Amino acid sequence: MLLIRCPYCEEERPELEFRNAGEAHIARSADMAATSDDDFEKFFFIRSNPKGIIYERWRHMHGCARFFNAVRDTVSDRFLMTYKAGEPKPAKLPGAFE
Amino acid sequence: MIATFRIPGAGRLKQAETARFSFDGQSYAGVEGETLASALLANGVHLVGRSFKYHRPRGFLSAGAEEPNALVEIKRDSARRTPNVRATVQELYDGLTAQSQNRWPSLAFDVSALGDIASPLLSAGFYYKTFMWPKFAWKNFYEPRIRAAAGLGVAPDQPDPDHYSARFAHCDVLVLGGGAAGIAAALAAAETGVRVILADEQVDFGGSLRFESGAMIDGQDGFAWAQGAVATLRAMDNVRVLSRTTAFGYYAQNFVGLVERVSDHLQNLGRELPRERLWQVRAKRVVLATGAIERHMVFADNDRPGVMLASAARTYLNHFGVAVGRNVGVYTANDSAYAAAIDLKKAGIGVAAIVDLRDNPTGSVIDEARALGIEVNFGRAVIRAGGKLRVSSMTVQPKNGGGERTIPVDAILMSAGWTPSVHLFSQSRGKVAFNDETKRFVPGTYAQDCVSVGACNGTDGLSATIDEAYAAGAKAAKDAGVKNAGANVVKGTKPKVDASESWSRGMLGAAPGAGPDTTVKAFVDFQNDVTAKDIRQAVHEGMRSIEHVKRFTTNGMATDQGKTSNMHGLAIAAETLGKPIPQVGLTTFRAPYTPVTFGSIVGHARGPLFDPTRKTAIHPWAEAQGAVFEDVGQWKRAWYFPKAGEDMHAAVDRECVTVRKTAGLFDASTLGKIEVVGPDAAKFMELLYTNPWEKLEPGRCRYGIMLREDGFIYDDGVVGRLAADRFHVTTTTGGAPRVMNHMEDYLQTEFPHLNVWLTSTTEQWAVIAVQGPKSREIIAPLVEGIDMSDGALPHMSVREGRICGVPTRLFRMSFTGERGFEVNVPADYGQAVWEALWAEGQKHGACAYGTEAMHVLRAEKGYIIVGQDTDGTVTPGDAGLDWAVGKKKTDFVGIRGMARPDLVAKGRKQLVGLKTKDPKVVLEEGAQIVGDPKQAIPMTMIGHVTSSYWSENCGRSIALALVAGGRDRMGETLYVPMPNATIEVEVTGMVFFDDKGERLNG
Amino acid sequence: MAKAAAKESAAAAPSVERRPALAGQELSVTGVTLAVLPPAQRISLRAPDASVAALSKALGVNLPRKPKTSAAKAGRTALWLGPDEWLVIDEVGKDPLADCAEVTVLHSAVGISHRNVAISVIGPAAAATINSGCPQDLSLDVLPVGAASRTILGKAEIVLLRIAADAFRVECWRSFSDYVFTFLSEAAGDAAA
Repeated sequence: MLLIRCPYCEEERPELEFRNAGEAHIARSADMAATSDDDFEKFFFIRSNPKGIIYERWRHMHGCARFFNAVRDTVSDRFLMTYKAGEPKPAKLPGAFE
Repeated sequence: MIATFRIPGAGRLKQAETARFSFDGQSYAGVEGETLASALLANGVHLVGRSFKYHRPRGFLSAGAEEPNALVEIKRDSARRTPNVRATVQELYDGLTAQSQNRWPSLAFDVSALGDIASPLLSAGFYYKTFMWPKFAWKNFYEPRIRAAAGLGVAPDQPDPDHYSARFAHCDVLVLGGGAAGIAAALAAAETGVRVILADEQVDFGGSLRFESGAMIDGQDGFAWAQGAVATLRAMDNVRVLSRTTAFGYYAQNFVGLVERVSDHLQNLGRELPRERLWQVRAKRVVLATGAIERHMVFADNDRPGVMLASAARTYLNHFGVAVGRNVGVYTANDSAYAAAIDLKKAGIGVAAIVDLRDNPTGSVIDEARALGIEVNFGRAVIRAGGKLRVSSMTVQPKNGGGERTIPVDAILMSAGWTPSVHLFSQSRGKVAFNDETKRFVPGTYAQDCVSVGACNGTDGLSATIDEAYAAGAKAAKDAGVKNAGANVVKGTKPKVDASESWSRGMLGAAPGAGPDTTVKAFVDFQNDVTAKDIRQAVHEGMRSIEHVKRFTTNGMATDQGKTSNMHGLAIAAETLGKPIPQVGLTTFRAPYTPVTFGSIVGHARGPLFDPTRKTAIHPWAEAQGAVFEDVGQWKRAWYFPKAGEDMHAAVDRECVTVRKTAGLFDASTLGKIEVVGPDAAKFMELLYTNPWEKLEPGRCRYGIMLREDGFIYDDGVVGRLAADRFHVTTTTGGAPRVMNHMEDYLQTEFPHLNVWLTSTTEQWAVIAVQGPKSREIIAPLVEGIDMSDGALPHMSVREGRICGVPTRLFRMSFTGERGFEVNVPADYGQAVWEALWAEGQKHGACAYGTEAMHVLRAEKGYIIVGQDTDGTVTPGDAGLDWAVGKKKTDFVGIRGMARPDLVAKGRKQLVGLKTKDPKVVLEEGAQIVGDPKQAIPMTMIGHVTSSYWSENCGRSIALALVAGGRDRMGETLYVPMPNATIEVEVTGMVFFDDKGERLNG
Repeated sequence: MAKAAAKESAAAAPSVERRPALAGQELSVTGVTLAVLPPAQRISLRAPDASVAALSKALGVNLPRKPKTSAAKAGRTALWLGPDEWLVIDEVGKDPLADCAEVTVLHSAVGISHRNVAISVIGPAAAATINSGCPQDLSLDVLPVGAASRTILGKAEIVLLRIAADAFRVECWRSFSDYVFTFLSEAAGDAAA
């Protein structure tokens, strides 16, 4: 069971309190109805599923109930950092764990 | 029966009491506190099992958790039969009943042992090769026979009557392994005041100090020091000491699973004690002090009962006071086996000879052995063990060939050296490194906040071990960074080693006499019957990676996971490949370290605690009325209310007719309810539902449809606007949690600018639906402050007021097509208000109805149920609900998805009604529909039945179905092919009853 | 704004019986006592930062701003559940919903008195009992007296409030109360170990 730092609760909490919510930084268009078929496909269906660093959304479902973003390494399962929903994708990632 | 192999004055069980036990029906006496293995050996019993593949007789290899052979069934009663228990771990209790496994008709005479003679047919990879042809024979012939002949124990066939407990625990320093290293590390960590957990799989702490007679620490015998140190630790508030506890899995972020065996060693299992306790520990730092496991020598017939590890014989003697034979031989490639010979000799046991593969070893143990008069042979090999059910001799030969000499023995103690236990380190994703000088894998690169100390780290010598462990314990405590000094922390000093034993190196792979040119059965993996020859054969047949060799031969794949065999197997493969060991690689260590019961994994989650069972406030009333319940998600819902003599059909028919004739009461409490509050509540509703909401007047309701972004129906429900800034939203019963999550997701991440909040009120309100022409008469007398006239409270409106003096949200709405109401009251009042309404209803002949009647009544009106008539691929248009989509809206979730080419294409499946040509025939839900029943199979299926019932009100069967281009097929005849007949149906509209909707105000 | 939806007035007393879930259930074993607590008044309060002062004043208790904390005054406790979410529990019969109804600043107050059931877990083995199904670290350093957190117990969501070193209040939804009480009962039997 992973420990995940909730940016709202400001501490690491057990994974059982959380729920993954898919890839992060996929913005819903402000003019949804006018989105082209291609753009809708990219928005709704296409996910990067990387081996390595993934930006993803989690919800502290059984905690503060907030959605937030996380950077995780899908190879090691390590969380590099978490940050609040709405904050931009971090320009720099913290260094690897010791 | 007299225990003839118990040595007076030896061992540590002096105060213990006699325990009677039986093995294979024979009664024996043992001593409480020893293991079943020890007790059997005390009685001279070595033969305890038959091997997996060849059914060869087997005895005890070890005295611990690594045991591959001595697996028995422990039977307490008919339900408590535990197979594959290692007799070397099972503690004895008075009345213990054990049985051998995998033999028929008896352990001493097993007909399947013919497989041993026919073993050329059962060579490596035999499953893959032998049973390939003919193909059909696998299922009908080979598999049943293999399953009957091979395998280990038999699983119990009754529910497990024991209970298991679980605990999450947190600590600063978790020390795994309670030998000298673990104890020293725990002492150093504990005295800083941090929270420490020390766990060991054995009953007694001490690890190898349990058998090492030559260890002295702080002026005491090593084992005595260990007991004192553990007592000191136990007395500290900041330390938890767990014995009989195995760390079986090391997971991410220092999360370690441990199983504590709480009562398997007790005679009487009281309900108060769990059988096992699962500890899920999160540690800031982990100290691995898991020790090392002795390897056997790989030589011909090294599996004969009586052939065992030298350290095991020492444990039986020094700890349990039992001799493993009267005339033992020793076969070794290192020093540590000498100590076994010396201990046994000193205890009065005959030692026939020590056979040492090394050419000219020197050292004090060798001198001591010689001084005791033990014959010591250098540069020689044991090429064969004699005997069948028990070893009777060892045949010795110079290792480079020469004359053979057979020495009679009744036990052979062997030691090829020690393998560091890097299992947990490897599970933590650490990378092992091969030390070429000592020929062993030791922890290399760490992946987590842990450290290995002592033998598992390849550290030799007690003094070096304690130095290393003590420093590591102190550092782990410091690194954990916490100072919550317990009140009774005992400050100590580093334990001082006064005397210790030396364990020098050993060998890997097959010994002389079991080399590449031989065909003897020199076992590498005892439990899976893998020999040195099998490993070589795997390489010859093309396996190159150790992972392939492992799978082809099954070496290391048994329940002992190759604790004794992996290194030998690897060395033989490497030698055959002509490559150095690190290039061939080590197989991955996986959890669990030793087998874990399902019970301990399940823990409390069984019976009523398997999953929450949710009951409404009105449940007790329904139960008292004899309602039959159905499961809807976690909820129990009243399905129907049979009267005396009624079956389900009769009850449902009566309930349906009564509702339309007079009225019915229905418990709708399980419907999801979400309160949407804030100045932007209507804006939010506009975005989450297809319908328009801005103009809905407070006090009015609307049926809302929620889509996913892909344009498919996700949920539906009636929404009441209580105030400009407050909506009372209802969802489907099963959809409540995910709808809330979906709404929160959009609110928090897509529309965070909106000033609105969501609160689940599902459980705040009990909901009593009163439906039928008499519904108003039933409710009105109990209501205060609400004008219930049609003018003041029209269909699809909501008012707040009181009923029976209790606050209510009274909805005028209908899921039956009749005049109807849903009375929401605070949940604790639900049953009392229901009873009051029931009493009123009785005056009018009303009934209580359940979910089945609810389903029929709504189907008669063509009202859909999301999840039954829709399946995640149905659009509002498909369901005939276009009217509920706000045409002028510029955005809502699903607006773009609905416009996708496939979703607007012609010929989509649409929801329609179906009437069977024979009105008495009720279709099966899920049945497929075809246009032409005479077409060739497989037929083109154009739809399926989603809902189907007998409707007493219509006097016929009714059904809803999703049919391609359904609304263009009105009046068409379609066919539903069933196994016995093809049913003719007519496509109709979805409304079967009161299609003008007049009864809503009737 | 956001007027209280279910207005309780002292005038119209219920003419029917209130039947709280698990009313009066208790269990006492070595080291821990469980008890279902009497009904209380509760609201789920949601508000932005700017509204906190006014709401605190109206409620008579300072809404805590720090994660995992609570504040209590005169029988009323406000638990921080999220950055804009509090559970307000009144155990002395005063209705926090009515207090919020008079407040004009932006907020959402929803009555949930009947949604939740409270169970007290008291005794030296209280933390161990809860740790049977709750994965949080319940040591006093990490969860001091007064700390509050939504979390899970087995397969149910709970809100945990530490009322003393060896005493907790566990709140759960009404229909989960049977599961939660049964879970705690079974766990209690093993907690002294």
